[in-house]
Amino acid sequence: MSPVTIPEVEHAYPGSTGCPGCGANLVMRYLLKGLGERTILTIPACCWAVMPGYWPSHCLKVPMVYCAFEATGASLSGMRAALDMKGVEDVTVVGFAGDGGTVDIGLQALSGAAERETDALYVMYDNEAYMNTGIQRSGATPWGAWTATTPVGPSRDYKREPKKDIMSIMEAHGIPYAATVSVAHPEDFVKKAKKAKDVRGFKFIHALSPCPPGWKMNPMKTVEVARLAVDTNVFPLYEIENGRVRITKKGKGLPIKDYLSIQRRFGHLTEEEVKRMQESVDSSFKALEQREAREG
Amino acid sequence: MRKVMTGNYASAYGAKAARAEVIPAYPITPQTSIVEKLAEFVSTGELRAKFVPVESEHSAMAACVSASILGARTYTATSSHGLALMHEVLMWASGARLPVVMTNVSRAMAPPWSVWADHMDSVAERDTGWMQFFCESNQEVLDTIIMAYKVCESRGIMLPAMIIEDAFILSHTSEPVDVPDQDAVDSFLPSYDPEMKLEVGKPMGFGSLVRPDQYMEFRYKSMLAMREARDRILSVETEFKQVFGRSYGGLLDEYMCDDAEVALVAAGSVAGTARTVVDRLRAKGMRVGLARIRAFRPFPFQEFRSLASKVSGIAVLDRSYTHGAAGAFFTEIQGALYDVPKRPAMKNYIAGLGGRDITPDVIERIFEDILVRCERGSDPEPEWIDVVGLPRRQS
Amino acid sequence: MSRSYEDIPLTPISDTPSTMNMTGLWRVFRPVVDLDKCKKCTLCWKFCPDAAIVLVDGKPKIDLRYCKGCGICANECLAECIIMVKEEAE
Repeated sequence: MSPVTIPEVEHAYPGSTGCPGCGANLVMRYLLKGLGERTILTIPACCWAVMPGYWPSHCLKVPMVYCAFEATGASLSGMRAALDMKGVEDVTVVGFAGDGGTVDIGLQALSGAAERETDALYVMYDNEAYMNTGIQRSGATPWGAWTATTPVGPSRDYKREPKKDIMSIMEAHGIPYAATVSVAHPEDFVKKAKKAKDVRGFKFIHALSPCPPGWKMNPMKTVEVARLAVDTNVFPLYEIENGRVRITKKGKGLPIKDYLSIQRRFGHLTEEEVKRMQESVDSSFKALEQREAREG
Repeated sequence: MRKVMTGNYASAYGAKAARAEVIPAYPITPQTSIVEKLAEFVSTGELRAKFVPVESEHSAMAACVSASILGARTYTATSSHGLALMHEVLMWASGARLPVVMTNVSRAMAPPWSVWADHMDSVAERDTGWMQFFCESNQEVLDTIIMAYKVCESRGIMLPAMIIEDAFILSHTSEPVDVPDQDAVDSFLPSYDPEMKLEVGKPMGFGSLVRPDQYMEFRYKSMLAMREARDRILSVETEFKQVFGRSYGGLLDEYMCDDAEVALVAAGSVAGTARTVVDRLRAKGMRVGLARIRAFRPFPFQEFRSLASKVSGIAVLDRSYTHGAAGAFFTEIQGALYDVPKRPAMKNYIAGLGGRDITPDVIERIFEDILVRCERGSDPEPEWIDVVGLPRRQS
Repeated sequence: MSRSYEDIPLTPISDTPSTMNMTGLWRVFRPVVDLDKCKKCTLCWKFCPDAAIVLVDGKPKIDLRYCKGCGICANECLAECIIMVKEEAE
C-alpha cells in the first residue's frame, strides 16, 4: 500500500519549460489536483506565461487564456460573465499570477474583481521578485533580500522595505476565503484548493513558490526551503474563512537563520540584521496565533 | 421605430439591437450616458447581458477580451484618456482576433484638459489593428454598430472595430433615429458562434508565446484579414441597405465629387457642415465636393486614388495633429497618391482641436484656398486654422 | 519547423501536449534510483515539479526524456535511494 496522500491524477504534462526545481510548477500541479478538470485559467505575463512552452505547446490538461500583465482580475470578471451568459456554472475560473503581477501592477484589477465579488479563485504564486525578467525587486520581495535592482555592493542597497502584506489587503476586501499554501505541504494545499473551489464569491490563495535562480540556491532545495519557511514561521500556513483565521499546519518554530542560510540572496546579512528579522517574524506569528485564539 | 435620441443613446440602442452579451464598462465624460443606458437595459431585462462594472478602461477592454475568447459577443464604450489607457489591450483584442465592438466618443487629449471633440484619441490608435469607423450622424452610429459586428465576426476577418462619434457634437445632440425592428436585426446579425473559442474541458492555451520564426506569419494573417475587410464592409453595407434602406458610402463617402475641381476630405460630424457648404458653393457655380473618411482603418486606399483621378485639388481637414509630422489623414492620403499619374494639389488644414467649432465659414475658406492651390501647386506646410495670434486669411 | 501562414490558426492557440519539449536534454545531473533500497515513500513522485515520475507498484519510474535533473527527488527521498550523477560521468 503506497502512502499516496494527494490525488494521483495529473493535470499537467511533463515538458513544461520552467527552470529545474521550479516551485511554480509544483504550485500549479497541486492546485489542479485540488480543483480538477472543470477548471479554466487566466494567466498574465509572469514565468507561467512562458512555462507552457512555445506555441503550439501546452503543458496543462485544462484550458488557459493568456492575459495582459495587469489584467488578471479583469480577465476573471470577463470570463465569469461569459460563462454566466452561456449558463456554464460548474467551472472554477482561476487567475494564476506571480507576485509582481499581483501586489504591484495587477493590484488594481485584483481589487476590482474582489470588490465586484466575481465568482473566481485568484492564486498568487509568490517567488518574491520579478523572476521571469531576471530577478528584479517587487513589492513582495522581503526585507533584506538581494535582487538585481536591490544590489548589495559597497552601499548595501538590498531591499530595505518589508514585504507587502497581500493577505491583509485581500482580507480587507471582505472576501469569503483566503489561504496561504506551501509546496512542501501538498496535502494542506490540495485541501485548501478544494475548499476554495466550493466557496461562492472571490477567493484568494497565496502560495510561496521558491525560485532556485532567484533565491540563489540549489534547485534540489526547493521543497526543503519551502518547508523551512513554514517551520521558521516566515510563511505560516493558515486560512481566513469568513473573517476567522485558523492556522492549518503548525511549524516547528526553528530559528529563521535555518531558512535564510540556504539562500544566497540573504548571504550578506549580518547577525544583527538576522536578529532583527527574527524579531519581526516572531511578532507577526505571535499576532497570528493570538488572533486565532481570539476567534477560535 | 423612430425616436429622438443623442449619439450616445444611439450607441446604446445599437449595442442592444446587436444583442451584446457581455458589457464591461467604466465611465468617462462624455461617454457616460452610453453605459448608463446599457446598465438600465440590462437592469430592466430589455437586454439579456452581463454588465460588468470594472474599475478602469484597461480592465474594461481586458474583460471584453477574455469574455470574447470564451465566445461571448462583447461591447464597451470609452473616450480620450480611457481609450489611451486601453491601448495595450486594444492590441490584445486585434492580435487575439476577437470581434469586440466599441464606441469611442472622440475627445481631445490633455493637457490642456478638454472634454470636447477632436480626433487625437482615435487617430493615436490607428496602429492597433482595429477597424475605425467615423460617424456623421446618430443614425449612422446605431447602424454602424450593427454592421460592424457582422463585419468583425465574419470568418475570414475576426477583428475588432471602433465606432467613433464626436464628443458632444454627436454624443449629446439629439436627432431623430430609427431603431430597427429587432427581428430584422436578428436575421441580419445571427448570434455569435466563433470557429475558435476556449471551451471548458478542451485543454488549450489561447495566445501563446511564438518564436521569431513564426511570429510574422500570424501578423501576415491579420494583414490579410484587414485587407479582406474592405470588401466585407461594402458587402455588409449593401445587405444592410437592402434590409433597412440606409447606407453610408462605404469606406470613403463621396458627395458631389464626380465633376468636382476640388474635394475636401474630412471625418466625423464636420462632414454634415461641409455638405451644406458644398451645396452653397455649388449654387454659386463652384465645382467643389466632399470626400468623407468613413473608414480610416482599413484605409480607403483605392478610393482615394480614384478620387485623385477626378479632382485637381484635395484639401485635407485633420481634427488632430501628429507633432513632428502633419495631420494623420493628410500624410496617409499623400502617401496613397504618390504614384498616381496625375497628382492633385494638396494641402493640410488643422482645425477644430479641443472642441473648437468648425464653422461653414472655415470650410468655405478652405475651399477657396485649395482652389488657389490648384494653380500654384501643393503647399507642404499644414495650415492651422484661426489660431489666435496668427494672421487670419481673408476670404 | 516554421509553418506556412496558411497552416496556422488565426492566433496562437496551443493544443499540443508539452511532451513535445524534450526538457531532459537540459539535464546536468541525472537521478539514479536504487530500487532495492526504495521504501515506497512516494515523496519523489509527490515533489517532482515536472510530473516526470510515475509510480509503478509504489516505486518511481523517472522519465528521463523530461527530467531536468533538479534533484528534488534525491533531496526528499526518505530512504536516500536516489543519487544525482553528473551526466558526462556516466
